[in-house]
Amino acid sequence: MLLSRHLQKLKYHRTCTTNAATATFEDDFHKNHIPTNIFQKLALSVGSAAVSLLDPHRGDMIACLGETTGQQAAQYVLNKMESSPEGLEILKQRPRINSMTVNLEKLKTYPEGTLGKIYSNFLERNQVTPDSRLMVQFVDDVNLAYVIQRYREVHDLIHTILEMPTNMLGEVTVKWVEAIQTTFPMCIGGALFGPIRLKPKHRQLYKQYYLPWAIKTGTNSDFLLNLFFEKRWEQPLVELHKEVGISSLVLPSAK
Amino acid sequence: MKLLTLLTSSRRILTKPLNLTRSVHNQAEAEDLKYTHFGYEQVKESEKSEKVHKVFEDVATSYDKMNDAMSLGIHRIWKDIFMHRLGPTQGTQLLDVAGGTGDIAFRFLNYIVNDHCQTDCHVTVCDINVAMLSVGKSRSENLGYDPKFISWKEGNAENLPFEDESFNAYTIAFGIRNCTHIDKVLEQAYRVLKPGGRFLCLEFSQLENSAAQWMYDQYSFQVIPLLGQLIAGQWKPYKYLVESIRQFPNQDTFKSMIETAGFRNVTYENLTLGVVAIHSGFKL
Repeated sequence: MLLSRHLQKLKYHRTCTTNAATATFEDDFHKNHIPTNIFQKLALSVGSAAVSLLDPHRGDMIACLGETTGQQAAQYVLNKMESSPEGLEILKQRPRINSMTVNLEKLKTYPEGTLGKIYSNFLERNQVTPDSRLMVQFVDDVNLAYVIQRYREVHDLIHTILEMPTNMLGEVTVKWVEAIQTTFPMCIGGALFGPIRLKPKHRQLYKQYYLPWAIKTGTNSDFLLNLFFEKRWEQPLVELHKEVGISSLVLPSAK
Repeated sequence: MKLLTLLTSSRRILTKPLNLTRSVHNQAEAEDLKYTHFGYEQVKESEKSEKVHKVFEDVATSYDKMNDAMSLGIHRIWKDIFMHRLGPTQGTQLLDVAGGTGDIAFRFLNYIVNDHCQTDCHVTVCDINVAMLSVGKSRSENLGYDPKFISWKEGNAENLPFEDESFNAYTIAFGIRNCTHIDKVLEQAYRVLKPGGRFLCLEFSQLENSAAQWMYDQYSFQVIPLLGQLIAGQWKPYKYLVESIRQFPNQDTFKSMIETAGFRNVTYENLTLGVVAIHSGFKL
């Protein structure tokens, strides 16, 4: 197993040296990487879990928790990406999603109904920016670090294709899909404990519609991290849904 | 590679070219090539000050919380003892350097109020970092200190913005090890003190007991940056902190440096087995 891991690293390294985009991630990785021993990783995961619960504004602690507990899940995601041609392409090129790599102005001009336009609307409506994602620090392997970075950076796009808002109900629904597909402990934790904070009306909707839909979607649709979103801006969402096996959540209209 | 350029640059200084402008140009180049330590990193002397500045900019708002967490509150006792050693009386004009968030200055004010000797007393807090000073100013307001007795000034310990002989007491607590040129700091301290004035420094130092030093090292390197990440969201500044402690001269070496600057009756006292030391000297 060690040998195959070594060969994997070589495989990516060869493509890394020829591609500027991958060099950028690797540069960022080395600049931000903080080596930690097993005691420190354990202490960080326990500590960040505690701080995340005590102070929900500490997004950096949630990120830290994800990194220190997500090694195994990251390997699982890496394997899934390697076994898909599109996933493999993402791993080779290591695209980043931020305001410098994504032409946000151009996305605004895309036709309605396309992934690019819907994503652009999503960012504007929810007042979020793709620049708010922190750089991975505590993952020691560059390939696993990229997987986690990619997961972080496409989170808003997952919201977009699932058509889920950024309120608690929407977030929990997205977390369920992510948890089922990626197995990240932090996603599983968020999916299980997040609903505790739902207000009664939303909790009812969650139990009756959102949760069953999230479980169905997470289980039946294709592995969403294998989508090279940056090449699909012009794709109509309806088509994308059909391709990956997502059916939009439709709430019955009020009587 | 860096060592080689360092060696060649020192040769250039020693050869003393005839053309004055050429020698200045060489001197400036040589200055630029001088390296020093930033924790365990080697950095250009010209860059150290900026890097230290960034450390304190990053930690300013959680500075006090972190101090409590890292030292389990013991830093408060060290600072209390420090102020008692100073023993301010009537007419004490104190300059507290690298005093950022005000811990020493506030203790000074509490001391003179409790001892009823506020007459003619004043403390000027000087720090190179505006972020730290602003935290200090807000704390001062929140704690209700009389602004008549305390003022805040941005300044560099190596080049103090004060007249000669304008203070009779100078304190620097946990600041001197962050300065690039300790000798310059000591020279400036000597300059701004009146004759009879006292220099008092509280700083991390070395432990004599090697087993205790080992435990202290483990705690420092394993736990402190971790606490920094959890409490302040920053790992690297706290890694710098523990490394810079080990780079600072030990008690006796620092004592000689203080004497070189002209101070007399230089003594030191260890606290907590030498984790910190208080050095004292007089301008006689």
